[in-house]
Parts: sequence; C-alpha cells; structure tokens
Amino acid sequence: MAANCAETVRQGFDAERVRADFPILARAINGRPLVYLDSAASGQRPLAVLRAVEHYETHCHANVHRGVHALSQAATDAFEGARERTRRFLNARSPREIVFVRGATEGINLVAQSFGRSRLGKGDEILISALEHHANIVPWQMLCEQTGCTLKVAPINRRGEIELDRLLGLLSARTRLVAVAHVSNALGTVVPIERIIQAAHACGALVLIDGAQAVAHAPVDVQALGCDFYAFSGHKLYGPTGIGVLYGREELLAEMPPWQGGGEMIRTVSFERTTYNELPWKFEAGTPNISGAVGLGAAMDYVERLGLDAIAAHEQSLLAAATTALERVPGIEIIGTAAHKAAVLSFTLRGCHPHDLGTILDSQGVAIRTGHHCAMPVMTFFDIPATARASFACYNTAADVAALVAAVRTAGEVFGQ
Amino acid sequence: MNLQDLYRDVILDHNRQPRNFGPLQPADAHAEGHNPLCGDRLTVWLRLDGDRIADIRFEGQGCAISTASASLMTEAVKGKDKAAVQALYERIHALLTDPHAQADAATLGKLAALGGVSEFPARVKCATLCWHTLNAALEHSADAVSTE
Ligand SMILES: Cc1ncc(COP(=O)(O)O)c(C=O)c1O
Repeated sequence: MAANCAETVRQGFDAERVRADFPILARAINGRPLVYLDSAASGQRPLAVLRAVEHYETHCHANVHRGVHALSQAATDAFEGARERTRRFLNARSPREIVFVRGATEGINLVAQSFGRSRLGKGDEILISALEHHANIVPWQMLCEQTGCTLKVAPINRRGEIELDRLLGLLSARTRLVAVAHVSNALGTVVPIERIIQAAHACGALVLIDGAQAVAHAPVDVQALGCDFYAFSGHKLYGPTGIGVLYGREELLAEMPPWQGGGEMIRTVSFERTTYNELPWKFEAGTPNISGAVGLGAAMDYVERLGLDAIAAHEQSLLAAATTALERVPGIEIIGTAAHKAAVLSFTLRGCHPHDLGTILDSQGVAIRTGHHCAMPVMTFFDIPATARASFACYNTAADVAALVAAVRTAGEVFGQ
Repeated sequence: MNLQDLYRDVILDHNRQPRNFGPLQPADAHAEGHNPLCGDRLTVWLRLDGDRIADIRFEGQGCAISTASASLMTEAVKGKDKAAVQALYERIHALLTDPHAQADAATLGKLAALGGVSEFPARVKCATLCWHTLNAALEHSADAVSTE
C-alpha cells in the first residue's frame, strides 16, 4: 500500500468525479455538507452498486440452484457470476474456494467452528495479535472453551505494530493456526502478513487473514500471499451489508466438515444418512444473500475500474495531509504511528473525551467513529478508553481533511485548549 | 443542533473540575457503573444517615456529559433522602429525554444545565449513568441493612 502522491496527481485521480458516483454524499447533515470519514466502519455505495442490486431485484430474482424456470436460472447465473467475480478479485484458483458469508465475522467463525472444532484439541495453539478486532478474538476464545486448545497473543509496540520477533517466537510445532488482521481497524497498521504467513507455514501452521480493512485499499492476491483463509465484508468495499467472503484453499475446505446444516448444502437427505454438497455450497446452508453478492460483484468492478493502486495512493495523500495538519493542533495525540499504515487515523484530543469530540464533529457535519472500535485490548494497551477515528476512502478529498481539522480545532476551543 | 446549548459553561466547568471527586472512605455503600458502548466507567460512594445521603463522592472516567452530570448530581443529592433523590431523578430524566420539558431551574438548580442533552439522543446515556449507579448504591445499602 505504498503510495506516491505525485503519481496520483499524474494519473489524475479525480476524487470530485468519484464523489458524484455516491449519491449519499450530496446529503446535508445538521445543515452542513456531509463529510464522511467513517468508511472503515462501513463504506458508502456507488450508483453502480445500487443499480446492479436494483437490476437484479427488478429483473432476475428467484431462488438459486432450485428451479428449472428461467428466473431461477437468471438468479443462479447472477449469484455464481458474483462468485467468479470474487475469484478474480482475489486471484483464487477456483470459484470452489469462494464461500459467501454474511461478513468477515461469519467467515472467521466458520473457520473456527468447522476447521477448529474438528481438528484442534488440548495442547494445540492458536496465535493472534494484540491489534485484532473482536471478530478475530472472540471466535477463537469460544473455540478454546469448546476444544481445550490455547490462545496465544503476540504483543504490539507503542507505534501499534505487531512485534514481529515476539510473534515469531510464539510460533512452535503446537501452533495450528495463526489468525491476524491484514490492516488494523483501530490503528491503521498494515501488518506484514507475507512474513507471518511464511514463518507460520514453516512451523506447519495454517494462516487466516482478516482482510476486512484491507480489500478496499490494495489489491489482494491470495495465491501470491499463500494464505490459507482470507475473510472480508462487502460493506467495507463499497458493497452491500450482509454479504462477505471467506476464501479458503480448496484442499482445506474439501476436508472440513460443514458448519451449518440445511438446504443448499446437501446432496441427498434421508433419515439414515445425509450426503453433503460440493464446494463451496457445502458451506452455504440456506438461501443465500443473492442480491448482496450481485452488489458485491458490482463493487469489485467499481474499485477495479478506479484502480485499487490509484485509490490507495489517493488515500495515502489524504492520510499524510490529515496527519500533518492534526499534529499541529494543540493537544492532539495520534494513536497508531506505524511506519506502514492504511487509510485510518486514530487520535485523542487532550481534555476532550472522544465521545465529546464525536458530537462536536457531527454538529459540523463531520462523521467519524469514536469509541473502542471493537478492539478493547488495543485501548487497554494504550491506556485510553477510546479514540476518535477518521478513515478515508476513494471519495474523500482535501476539503474533507480541512473540514476535519477545522472541526477538531473547534472542539479544542470548546474544551479550552 | 446547538453545541453551546450542550456544552454550557457549567458543564465544561464541572468536567474540568469535578466536585466530590475521589473515593469516600469509609463508605456505607458503593456501586460501579459502566457504559460498555463508550467505555465510560464510574464509581459512586455513599455515607448514609438512615436513608439520607450524608456524603457522596464519585470517581471515574468518561466524557464531559458523563463527568459533569455525576459532579452536579453529587452536589444535588447530598443531604437528600431516598424519596427526594427518586423524585429528582424523575425530573432529570424528563429534562434529558424530552426536548419540551421545562428546565425548571427553581427545582433543578444547576442540574438544569443538562437541558441541552435532550437534543442529542446518543448522549442521554452518558448523563444518566451516574444516576443508575447512585440507584444501585442505594439498593446495595438497603440489601446490606436488611441482612444485618
Ligand atoms: C479488522 C476487522 N475485522 C473484522 C471486522 C468485522 O466485520 P463485520 O462486522 O462486517 O463482520 C471489522 C469490522 O469492523 C474489522 O474492521
């Protein structure tokens, strides 16, 4: 996700034109133009996504894989087309490796319950890091309770980077799975997952990457990475909510038992014996989120049309500008100063609780996230209750950064900095 | 939406210099309140004289609304009995949740400064945390008394 601002300018990434693709950005909030800086929580959707969903709903909807009638075929084509689109997006070998789920959370739970519950037991270890989202902590804690395996946590340093030496030191023959974020949602840290995957594999451990905060900010190639599982949510990639993806290497998915039972995931059912469907449907019990998958496919088309490298470069220039400008505001402390960061800027303002900061910014039309960002251990590590977090996306501009900084200065004035 | 109305001088002052702040020892009762959504935490300690609050202190970490509300509450309830505290809480609750409630300064005193909160529904919980915690402390004390 390295970026070169000059390059962006040369390529002419036109954020103003991009904004026009997102109807919601024309809204006013509290009498002011909306400045949306909360895309790490959920991105907004471009017209291309809204239209793809509308087209599916108005022309193609029926249940998938079930009927001989024309609409069922159209829906199945749309849904499986989105799977093939996702395969290309991640450069997976086969669409059998693409399981549609509700989001990153469900993808991680699937691996914990299917792979973890059938394979892990006492003496086995799962290794995560101290910067994980609760979605990449709690499923493993539940698995440990269920199977007796042990959770190990690699620490982070004051910049918010995983201490790689310590993580490597925690790897051993007992480590069965390493589960780490690609990008930290609370701090913006880009995790050197290539190194971690290599080292984990050398110890015989599998690797799950929580890519929820990564896929909108850089191209991801699961074959080049060599990870075993990769999970993300559609709604952080300018797609709909309620749809997400779990990539899993085919050999692994083939060996894993189903985790939910029902329709769609079976081949034959009798009261004596049920046989399961092939990949990936074995893991997709029940009627899936068809229009969500269609919208997600359209979102992938959209970001690839803009160019993920160009988006990343644009966001990096905003991140750099916002960091520099905020650092000049008296009382500001940036939380998360990793050498390599994605489009997330967490900060605190002395004397002003993040909750108050969020309210003051909202009154100026500036939407940011305040709180623990579902990463309470990160807050504990920095000994703070919460942070304010601005996050950047393809549609943000220098004017958004200026509005953020001005609103933070207003907060500083209200609280007498 | 009016920021000046939310962050009135009284609120900012009590946030910066909370009154009755820090543990009360010995205490007859205490309770801890936690708002997991925003991470606000506070502890309320009481010294009781029958069912009258003889002394009250609090400590905690929270936003300006939460801290100022707790500070103002300690000043307002000191010396009151349980029935009077309950009556006061009901008036405060109406003030916080109903934008048309009369900020009746005559009965609410400085607590009327919390009137701006009703325009910010997401912040009502910040202002009520201390009252819930006080209630829990009073109930604890009742338990303790009834078991003796
Ligand atoms: C790093 C990370 N992992 C997992 C998740 C969970 O995503 P979802 O709630 O869409 O399942 C998030 C969302 O905030 C996240 O930022």
